[in-house]
Amino acid sequence: MSTMSEAEVRAEVREWLAANWNPDLPLVEWRGKLADSGWGMPQWPKEWYGRGLPHALARVVEEEFAKVGAVGVAKSGVRLLAAATLLEHGSDPQKKKFLRRILTGEDTWCQFFSEPGSGSDLAGATTRADLKGDFWIINGQKVWTTSAHHADHGLLLARTDWDAPKHEGLSYFVIDVKQPGVDVQQLKQMNGHASFNQVFFTDAKVPQENLVGRVGEGWKVAVTTLAHERRGADGLQPTPLKRGARVGRIHAEERAETEKANQPYKWYPQRAGRVDLIVDRAKETGANKDPFVRQEIARLMILAKSAEWTARRARAAQQQGRPQGPEGSLGKLAASHVARACARVHTLITGAEAMLTGRESPRQGIIAEILVSVPAVSIAGGTDEIQRNIIAERVLELPKEPRFDTGPFRNVRRN
Amino acid sequence: MSTSDESRVEPRRRIQFAFTDEQEQFRSAILRFLNDRSPTTEVRRLMGTAEGYDPVVWRQLSADLALPGIHIPEQYGGAGFGMVELCIVTEELGRALLCAPYFSTAVLAANAILNAGSEAQKSALLPDLAKGARLATLAVTEPDGNWDPMGIKAVATPDADGYCLEGVKSYVVDGHVADLLIVAARAPDTVGREGLALFTLGANAGGVERRPLESMDPTRKIARIDFRAAHANLLGNFDDGAKPILRTLDQAAIALANEMVGGAQALLDSAVNYAKLRVQFGRPIGSFQAIKHKLADMLLEVELAKSAAYYAAQAAALDDPEWPALASLAKAAASETYLHTAAECIQIHGGIGFTWDNDTHLWFKRAKSSEVFLGQPSYHREVLMQRWGV
Repeated sequence: MSTMSEAEVRAEVREWLAANWNPDLPLVEWRGKLADSGWGMPQWPKEWYGRGLPHALARVVEEEFAKVGAVGVAKSGVRLLAAATLLEHGSDPQKKKFLRRILTGEDTWCQFFSEPGSGSDLAGATTRADLKGDFWIINGQKVWTTSAHHADHGLLLARTDWDAPKHEGLSYFVIDVKQPGVDVQQLKQMNGHASFNQVFFTDAKVPQENLVGRVGEGWKVAVTTLAHERRGADGLQPTPLKRGARVGRIHAEERAETEKANQPYKWYPQRAGRVDLIVDRAKETGANKDPFVRQEIARLMILAKSAEWTARRARAAQQQGRPQGPEGSLGKLAASHVARACARVHTLITGAEAMLTGRESPRQGIIAEILVSVPAVSIAGGTDEIQRNIIAERVLELPKEPRFDTGPFRNVRRN
Repeated sequence: MSTSDESRVEPRRRIQFAFTDEQEQFRSAILRFLNDRSPTTEVRRLMGTAEGYDPVVWRQLSADLALPGIHIPEQYGGAGFGMVELCIVTEELGRALLCAPYFSTAVLAANAILNAGSEAQKSALLPDLAKGARLATLAVTEPDGNWDPMGIKAVATPDADGYCLEGVKSYVVDGHVADLLIVAARAPDTVGREGLALFTLGANAGGVERRPLESMDPTRKIARIDFRAAHANLLGNFDDGAKPILRTLDQAAIALANEMVGGAQALLDSAVNYAKLRVQFGRPIGSFQAIKHKLADMLLEVELAKSAAYYAAQAAALDDPEWPALASLAKAAASETYLHTAAECIQIHGGIGFTWDNDTHLWFKRAKSSEVFLGQPSYHREVLMQRWGV
């Protein structure tokens, strides 16, 4: 850990930005400078593209970047989960091979965890990896894979030992997605979008050096990935950039990149319920004059505000380096409640028009999209029920339920 | 804006989402004190007495911890802290269910004097409250139970050297033991926001008749007070007299919200502990998902309400323009959470939870009375909507 003061960090990053920031650089070249200087991920270790700064000082760096409008490293999608996992469990050659290209945005990543037969019970994966010579041969099916259609690499959880107990027979790999044995197909959702994929592996190959951690320790590695995923899901918007011109080649490239990354997920704001539209909609429909609706709006706003402040409390505790309190585990469950309440109140405000969809429906279809997208929130990234189990067992330390999946995995009942 | 301009700007005071180390230490000191002096055996003993509090414990929490004057400026004999610290106190008192005239004296009366009083009145009245030497309370609501001061009917008519009070106040917290009464009343022939002001008088003054009410929550006693030609002094003045009354009630709603989340936490802890101990069907009931999920939901609800209560206290301490709306937000959130947590705590305890000997009902009754004290959740939701301009 660095012992630099906030003022020293501020001075140093300002000086570095003054010397290096140039909005006319190609995006990848600029991000290369960020990676090599450590200013792109200042909280990462010094040996690996970081500066070993504590989180509070990393925020300071972010603020200085925002002041001059400097673009940061690539952060979209699964890439930072991949990076965090590799930083913790990867070999040095793996870190050397993958981390820099994650930060420059040259490589895109996806996550092959969920399967048709194992959703909540991720450790029940049955995609198999068999070692043949220098390669692991992969066969099976993954589902709900974000970005698989344009990803370069995937984080793969696969079974390498069928006689070991469930959690001990898994291994964790980095797989090259662009190879003949990997067939990516779109999966159409109930809201009409197709944001995810199902991916079929038929004798796909993973070189031995792409095993992350040891054989049989895949679950441990996957837990790291999942922990980072949940931590990122506190529902808080990233701090908006405040000042600085947005002209220059680099900004155009970044916008294009963001546009491409976000394209399949345009409905995500609707999935969260769009609490931001509630009051305006109530005023435009006149529903704000109905005392019952007013009560329901107030209930929703109280819930949404409380959820936002709870996430901020969790973040504040983390930034002060305090042990995380219960508030840190609650964000996802709170977000589900907010989304469901939003859908209910939007319906209340919209009335009969909630039967419509498409361009002629309220707000050019946005309200309809909210109503048919909200059911995803309480499932994606861990169902509400699993979240409650986690909260009850890890935070409240309640005893676990009796299990029926011990012993050799081969004998465990499954789909 | 250039960088040099920016560095001259004072660091803006901001909402803090974590308590400082000093605040946490303060909380721990209160917690230790209450663990020692206010176990439920004491709560049960005191709730059965007419006074409803232990004067020895009151003197100790005044002398050793300076709690009654925690938020009163030093120039008036207080400790000079603010709303955030006051709310740390009420949260801990709510958790322990301390039987003491704190909410009346420190939260209601001291804030009313701070908000409405002249310099001379603040200097004359506050030091005794800060020391815990004198008990006081605020009487706003009347037998119709309307918490909106616009509905006040009590009348204060000027007389030779002050005012003559006529009217009835009810649901007056600690009205039976207060030495000093602060009463909200209006000038003759005024309605609504016009003509409102606060008045002070000794509780034993002529024309004051106090009658303790049989309250559902015996740990917080309430009284009805009749004023018949009682002689009172004006606190502050009549210029927009509704303002200090509203301000005091909003501050009280925030302090009460914090008290409620403290109580809700105590109930949650109790339910979790019981779920780990109680065995049915050969396993602790806490291993069943039906119970686990209930407890996880309770935790979420308590943490959400805490966030609202803490945020409102921070906003009030900073005098953020939005804080009165947030007072209603926090009050509504904490009221529903406290009562729901209490009901679920009884449910998780099963039959034993419905018995007098089990402690859950002590908090349940505080939750039920706090739900309506200072205004029900539905009232505060409507106030919130109005204050947000919806």
